Amino acid sequence: MTAVVPARTPEQEFQDRIDADDRVEPRDWMPDGYRRTLVRQIAQHAHSEIIGMQPEGNWITRAPSLRRKVILVAKVQDEAGHGLYLYGAAETLGADRDELLDMLHTGRQKYSTIFNYPTTSWADVAAIGWLVDGAAIMNQVPLTRCSYGPYARAMTRVCKEESFHQRQGFEAMMTLCHGTATQKRMAQDALDRWWWPSLMMFGPNDDASPHSAQSMAWGIKRFSNDELRQRFVDATVPQAQFLGLTVPDPDLRWDGKHWISGAIDWTEFQTVMRGDGPCNRERLRHRVAAHEDGAWVREAAAAYADKHR
Amino acid sequence: MSQPLWEVFVRSRRGLSHTHVGSLRAPDAHMALRHARDVYTRRQEGVSIWVVPAAEVVASSPDEKDAFFDPAGDKPYRHPTFYTVPDEVQHL
Ligand SMILES: [Fe+2]
Ligand SMILES: [Fe+2]
Repeated sequence: MTAVVPARTPEQEFQDRIDADDRVEPRDWMPDGYRRTLVRQIAQHAHSEIIGMQPEGNWITRAPSLRRKVILVAKVQDEAGHGLYLYGAAETLGADRDELLDMLHTGRQKYSTIFNYPTTSWADVAAIGWLVDGAAIMNQVPLTRCSYGPYARAMTRVCKEESFHQRQGFEAMMTLCHGTATQKRMAQDALDRWWWPSLMMFGPNDDASPHSAQSMAWGIKRFSNDELRQRFVDATVPQAQFLGLTVPDPDLRWDGKHWISGAIDWTEFQTVMRGDGPCNRERLRHRVAAHEDGAWVREAAAAYADKHR
Repeated sequence: MSQPLWEVFVRSRRGLSHTHVGSLRAPDAHMALRHARDVYTRRQEGVSIWVVPAAEVVASSPDEKDAFFDPAGDKPYRHPTFYTVPDEVQHL
């Protein structure tokens, strides 16, 4: 016996599933906009992971000890892995990996603006782990409950690995802060340069973030940009105090519940976003060169595979 | 030239089945295994890996939800909870 249920449209079934906090899987029907939004977001995320290898990779050969060097190699390798999990997730939506890379290389898809800043001292590696990976974790933990199954699963793997990234950064920062006066100055200088760009990682303020509402309705986004940014500030200010460092924000104040930061200078963000940050061209040039330099390896592997088929 | 897509399955420890963990691109099976080790088991997450060409996977239904699974829906008598047993009867 089957009860008579009024037929639901695919759109309704899709939204029912989201509203029931159930997951969408690759071969389910989904609105075009949902698919497009996810492909763009996952690809941009994947690009950020692999471009993100560059600022820190810059210090591998100059790490101050063998211990710091193996840690840094492992971290940078993890970021490559994160990129691969995410390209894999994008492919479940019908995106083509080569095409995504091509979009990155030709500037048609973006990556996080944070990676367009230079790493001028060893303390920057420490600050990146502590602040940049710290901000990434705030953004990524809610994504482990994102409505799209493959993205959520990839983020679960990523988040497990990120916590080592943040802790090693904080530990390296602590070592500098307990070191000589010069080392402490290096640490403060790194915090001065990375603090604001880290806050900008959460994206525009809520009143200037037009796509957020739709992403929330689709269960892709769970918290607003400003909510996540506030959590990051609340978590990080006491850590800076513990290190004996000064957060470079004269307006920063405690309101009894939260640390309230001063206004963000979005014009700087826009400049870096447009491609005119300190390292935009260098990052992309390096990425394209690495891809082209690796072409002969891919060709040789393909020829070998053909021969043994 | 696009490399074939492979689905990766990892046995996390002896006594457990292989579980799907994700996918990757590689020119052949041998390279797929090597990449799978580097991408999915950097922290000893596995003791054994399978890689399967994604094109060879045969799946049950395009939208993963249709009449295919319905026949099992109205057969509660296949579950032990369907049966009433008095409290005083033990070991059932
Ligand atoms: Fe990462
Ligand atoms: Fe990381």
